[in-house]
Amino acid sequence: MTHAATLPPLLAVLVALLVVLGAALALIGSVGLLRLKTFYERIHPPTMGTTLGLGLTLIASMLLFSTLESRPVLHEIVIAVFMAVTTPVTFMLLVRAALHRDRAVGDNPVAGRK
Amino acid sequence: MSLMLLDAALATAQALLAMAMICATFRLLRGPRAQDRVLALDTLYVDAMLLVLTFGMREASTVYFEAALVIGMLGFVSTAAFAKFLMRGEVIE
Repeated sequence: MTHAATLPPLLAVLVALLVVLGAALALIGSVGLLRLKTFYERIHPPTMGTTLGLGLTLIASMLLFSTLESRPVLHEIVIAVFMAVTTPVTFMLLVRAALHRDRAVGDNPVAGRK
Repeated sequence: MSLMLLDAALATAQALLAMAMICATFRLLRGPRAQDRVLALDTLYVDAMLLVLTFGMREASTVYFEAALVIGMLGFVSTAAFAKFLMRGEVIE
């Protein structure tokens, strides 16, 4: 690891906490993807990784690089904005395609569950 | 001291993300239908992007940021194309 030795301890603790929390949220999302029963339930958990998991990791990255280069490093916002715009679009397309496929085989999953 | 803490935290985060990618890979292999596999692939893209970002923080280099951005863009385009394919049977009509 090539960090300068001038990293304040409080900032190191904060960055460590944010990074571990973000990765844990991504893991929870993926476990949910593996364990839930139907496709329409499974579409929900991965969004935990793409919203809060990604957000916390990007905040940690911004804090760390701003301290290391002693100037504001804010280009991580580009990724955050891009993912916030594209994730709902792709998942809506995917759910509509899944609905179309389910109806094509004579199964209507939103007609009411028993 | 703070460097050791940060390095340990980043290593832990990488291990957690690797486990997340293993879960997504199981779903990718098991299916059962095509839309599940596409969803698992999208999750894999996001987890890989997070892993690259964590790696960049560990190396203290901003080069990995561009790699993460490219992975995010490819993930969006490929998932949108797969969804279109599942809907219509063709990507470009």
